[in-house]
Amino acid sequence: MKKFGTLAASAALLMAGAAAAEDVKVGMITTLSGGGAGLGIDVRDGFMLAIEQSGVDNIEVIIEDDQRKPELAVQLADRMIQSERVDVMTGIIWSNLAMAVVPSATAQGVVYLSPNAGPSALAGRGCHENYYNVAWQNDNLHEAAGAHANGSGYTNSFILAPNYPAGHDALSGYKRYYEGETAGEIYTQLGQTDYAAEIAQIRASGADSVYFFLPGGMGIAFLKQLADSGVDLPVVGPAFSFDQGILQAVGDAALGVHNTSQWSPDLDNAANADFTASFEAEYGRRPSLYASQGFDTANLLLSAIAAADVNDADAFRTALEAADFDSVRGDFEFGPNHHPIQDIYVREVIQDGDIFTNRIIGTALTDRADAYAAECQM
Amino acid sequence: MTMVLLIEQILNGLQLGVMLFLMSAGLTLVFGVMGLINLAHGSLYMVGAFACAAVATATGSFFLGLLASLAAAAAAGAIVEMTVIRRLYARDHLDQVLATFALILVFSEGTRWMFGSFPLFLDVPDLLSGPISLPGGIQYPLYRLAIIVVGLCVAAGLFWLIAKTRLGIRIRAGESDRDMIAALGVDISRLYTIVFALGAALAGLAGALVGAIQSVQVGMGEPVLILAFVVIVIGGIGSIKGALIGALLVGLTDTLGRALLPTVFGYFMDPINATTVGASLASMLIYILMAGVLLWRPSGLFKVA
Repeated sequence: MKKFGTLAASAALLMAGAAAAEDVKVGMITTLSGGGAGLGIDVRDGFMLAIEQSGVDNIEVIIEDDQRKPELAVQLADRMIQSERVDVMTGIIWSNLAMAVVPSATAQGVVYLSPNAGPSALAGRGCHENYYNVAWQNDNLHEAAGAHANGSGYTNSFILAPNYPAGHDALSGYKRYYEGETAGEIYTQLGQTDYAAEIAQIRASGADSVYFFLPGGMGIAFLKQLADSGVDLPVVGPAFSFDQGILQAVGDAALGVHNTSQWSPDLDNAANADFTASFEAEYGRRPSLYASQGFDTANLLLSAIAAADVNDADAFRTALEAADFDSVRGDFEFGPNHHPIQDIYVREVIQDGDIFTNRIIGTALTDRADAYAAECQM
Repeated sequence: MTMVLLIEQILNGLQLGVMLFLMSAGLTLVFGVMGLINLAHGSLYMVGAFACAAVATATGSFFLGLLASLAAAAAAGAIVEMTVIRRLYARDHLDQVLATFALILVFSEGTRWMFGSFPLFLDVPDLLSGPISLPGGIQYPLYRLAIIVVGLCVAAGLFWLIAKTRLGIRIRAGESDRDMIAALGVDISRLYTIVFALGAALAGLAGALVGAIQSVQVGMGEPVLILAFVVIVIGGIGSIKGALIGALLVGLTDTLGRALLPTVFGYFMDPINATTVGASLASMLIYILMAGVLLWRPSGLFKVA
């Protein structure tokens, strides 16, 4: 990789006029301020760590903050595509923002690599040859949680998620694998911070377990309030409410909770060991799953740039489809709709010294693709 | 829906209302007395929460944290009033909105610079943690009851302050005729600083109280600020009584709407649509309430003359 970068750089120097064409311009739109900032910052830091480690110097990354606002994300995307002329875009965290930006970007010939959001609409009929999801289809971790709930013997779950595309994907994903009854089903507001009304309903519902998808600060609030309410039910969730960035703020309330993830800091492979050590050395904190996704996204991009010219769209897409990079998840390949086929694990929240973190306790789904691949016509 | 659940939801609504009152009391006073629209009020709420989290983590005492939140928010309020806000009284509302919006950005990035982008830890103190049993077999978190009590005490204190003290008389005089009380020899700029710091301290207290059961993070104030504006518009701008009634109305409407609407829609829709439609309508409910109140009383429930 390093060698290629140097080669490309010297080739660029030789062909002075064509130098600009050799560069790959990457536009990253992500959430760097406001309530969801921790997620975007982790994706950015993971991504930039991989770029830095590769030593490749012909990649220019333009980073912009979407403040979790769809209208702002659309403006930024238009500017990146039309005036900055980016080749590749990435970075969006939230599915509602992805739905606002991705279809128009891919239609204009820009390759979009999703480091997080994986709405079902983009995996099925709305799939596109220029859209690659490096993280997961939204339903995946929830499907794994449904499978895990069966394995744990839960038969009457109370389920809740925010009222936005990923929230709907979450609950339908959970119900796809979960075989028991649902004691109740609630959609909350995106960004809601008080869950007293919902917790009262959980208490009254007679459920034997709670499944919730509330990423970022919403999950912190929910877990603290649930713990304080005296509702003593086992909780299952996807990794989004138990990631490294928020566990310290939740504290004891999360200890021992089972959550599902495609990645964990203790996953045993060389790429992951290097990643976790170098991330902590670079940024002084432990990586979250979002950081791992940003890191994988950059490595996928680097592998494709090394194999093909970004201006040769067909060759570049073939190189991306090959996914010829060392993922921190171990095995990684794309399905026919450019979404990952991967194992999804069950993790447990533990305390490691002063720091709350996760460790793997089992595998929920093996080589899981997604439920929408068959609907995709590329 | 059972009686126990309904009562629990009403308590939840009261708690949200009381918290909103702490936020909107300062906002409505500042608007009533100084004629200033202060978008940065949510930032003072955030300052309170961060001060409480930092001090509680350093000392191990939540109650010291609460004191710190009052002090930090009041100090931040007083400094902002003396350096920035003071220049805005004579300007029109658009300039005030612009300048105080800039203050939001300054506060947010300043906080991020000091504390980082990740949420801070702040937990309910052991003394107030866990649920208690109320008559009728209701299990309710003690901490939320404590918030209701604190909020009602603050409301009572504010009414006393406004009605019975010299400061209160000046505040009321300032609301009715700014120029006249200045002409009568009251140090108006000191009065403004005090009112602003008082409002800031209440917002900081709300942030600290709520921070313990939510997440203490940058940008936590803005969603609450929007609700607080709804409250003061419903209650009538400048009226503390209006803020209290408006806050309780908004708190109860929001909580009960979230709890009841999906069930109500479930009677004549299939469950999946009922939860989605119910949740969407519940999130609009307070704005519908506001529109209704404004149709009926265009200047709010308790408009100060």
